[in-house]
Amino acid sequence: MLTSQAQALPAALSAKRGAISLFGITRIFAGSIAAIDHIDLDIHPGEFFTLLGPSGCGKTTLLRMIAGFEAPDDGRILISGREMQDVPAHKRAVNTVFQSYALFPHLNVEQNIGFGLRMRGIKNPERKKRVDAIMELMQIGAFAKRSAAQLSGGQRQRVALARALVNEPEVVLLDEPLSALDAKLRAELQIELLRMQKRLGMTFVFVTHDQHEALVMSDRIGVMSKGKIEQVGPVLDVYEKPKNVFVAEFLGLSNIWPFTPTGAHTAQTPLGELTIAAPLQGPGLAMIRPEKIWIYNDTAVPKDQANLFMGVVREAIYMGASTQYRIELANGQSVLAFDTNNQAAERSWRPDEPVAVELKPDNIMLIEP
Amino acid sequence: MSTMPSEVAIEAGRQRLRLWVTAGPGLVWIMLFLLIPSAILLGIAFFSADDYGNPVLPLSLSPFQQVAGYSLLGWDSGNIAIFLRSLAQAGTATLVSAALSYPLVFFIMSRPESLRPLLLLFIILPSWTNQVVRTYAWLELLGPNAPVSWLAHALHLVPPDLGLAPGSFAVTTGLAYNYLPYMIVPLYASAEKLDWTLVEAGRDLYASGARLFWSTVFPQTLPGLLSGVIFVAIPAFGDYVVPQLLGGDRALMIGSLIANQFTETPDWPYGAALTIIMLVFTGLGLVAFRILTRKLGGAEEATI
Repeated sequence: MLTSQAQALPAALSAKRGAISLFGITRIFAGSIAAIDHIDLDIHPGEFFTLLGPSGCGKTTLLRMIAGFEAPDDGRILISGREMQDVPAHKRAVNTVFQSYALFPHLNVEQNIGFGLRMRGIKNPERKKRVDAIMELMQIGAFAKRSAAQLSGGQRQRVALARALVNEPEVVLLDEPLSALDAKLRAELQIELLRMQKRLGMTFVFVTHDQHEALVMSDRIGVMSKGKIEQVGPVLDVYEKPKNVFVAEFLGLSNIWPFTPTGAHTAQTPLGELTIAAPLQGPGLAMIRPEKIWIYNDTAVPKDQANLFMGVVREAIYMGASTQYRIELANGQSVLAFDTNNQAAERSWRPDEPVAVELKPDNIMLIEP
Repeated sequence: MSTMPSEVAIEAGRQRLRLWVTAGPGLVWIMLFLLIPSAILLGIAFFSADDYGNPVLPLSLSPFQQVAGYSLLGWDSGNIAIFLRSLAQAGTATLVSAALSYPLVFFIMSRPESLRPLLLLFIILPSWTNQVVRTYAWLELLGPNAPVSWLAHALHLVPPDLGLAPGSFAVTTGLAYNYLPYMIVPLYASAEKLDWTLVEAGRDLYASGARLFWSTVFPQTLPGLLSGVIFVAIPAFGDYVVPQLLGGDRALMIGSLIANQFTETPDWPYGAALTIIMLVFTGLGLVAFRILTRKLGGAEEATI
């Protein structure tokens, strides 16, 4: 039912329905540096795209420009292939889920959800039918007559989402919608939100500063810093093959060392000589995620393996599912490593225990500064 | 253990004393200048009047009959007309001041934050001068030989020999002007707290222009508006100076009618009865308003 509008459109346009293209978007706030600095970005129809970055990186500003609340100082925005320059917010087929939910306090749940339809002139038997359908889908029918003030955080979040989805928009924009919820509810709603997006096939643009949330939910991620996009790509690529130090560090913990090549696949690093699978052209930075590092008891060190280093456990931080270790090598360098606690006692190490670490050549990535 | 209750009692006694000492002066003031005079007024309303209008025995209900329009000459609709006119003029003045306040408040809010207190001061400043002086100024401004009246002549709104003042137009204008700050200040206070995200949500959900205002701004500023309505409508309803100076005979309001019973044509019991009835209606109006406010919801601060 929710895609009927798309099917009615001409084929050429419906192929682009929900696509967003940004060309050279720039936004400068009065008397300061560019908040958004020449951003080019393509968001594909029907994908769950996340803009990830620290606060102040411009991700919310970018979202607000797509919504039409702010105009770019330079550049073009295309939604579903249509130029948005002269299209005000209230005429864009885009709906926003606000961080504070922004539910109308003087309206009840049902009226909140029906607001957009009412403003578009959709009369009541039809409007009620659609509102009821979305409330059933989101399982909020029970509080249809309650006011926003009488709802819990999770319920408000659902109402805010329903209020956007009922309009069958081409794009749904979500501005940190889960940040006010406690961890458990947040995890539940992440999955629910994702399921809803896959079911309706709408484009979701999600803004968050939480890398875990971004990893859980997104098809693709755009990592932002200081008004620029550092890297865009599928979740796996961005996490496993970060382009630079910022992306590597923002998406999780990492070990990063400078290297100088000594051969096609060998390089000198502060740890010592490393074998790296990727072809080496010149000096650069090598990165390896802590969970990709293998830890052995010093009595059970494998023979003839590349990149094996002896060391001593200096810190062991127990985190439930895994333990984070800081291992100091013989030459004084530290390595950060994770190990899953899948076998409890015998596979965990205590501070001052001698161990060996292995950095598999495939797992070492080359990144930019 | 045995000393505990007495300590609690002493502390409670101290608190009671503190309460009376701090609230005392205000309570005495209200007793002396509000409750006692009102009680005297209520008493006078049940006396008869002598030839000079002073209250004398026997006790009588005739002042209230007079209020309702009955006299020796039979029933007359004059008082009802004055009551309705007061209501209409105060009501119109309230609407006008509300309509003027919204654009003004949002203009002030659109200015830099450092400038806003100054702009608010400009609005409040005129009320530091005497109301009589300001009302006389309106009499000049709207009088027969002033440009505003010439315009009205040209548009055939008033006969060529008359001005816009005196008359009910002048009274409404004068009332709206006088009480405008009392509308602006509470409205500004609630507009300052406006959650602009709700306005954005409205725009996001296809509302624009007037519908955006009514669906997002108006409900949020309703508490301020309702306070403003109370602050304007009640004093405007009983205002004496403005209708006296700008009203002439045809725009007599209830305040002037009451004043007349103590000055020009004295009849104290009748005047007292008029006052009591006016107070009762004002009180009923407030109660009705409170019920309305509750129904509209979210306007807790407006309920007095």
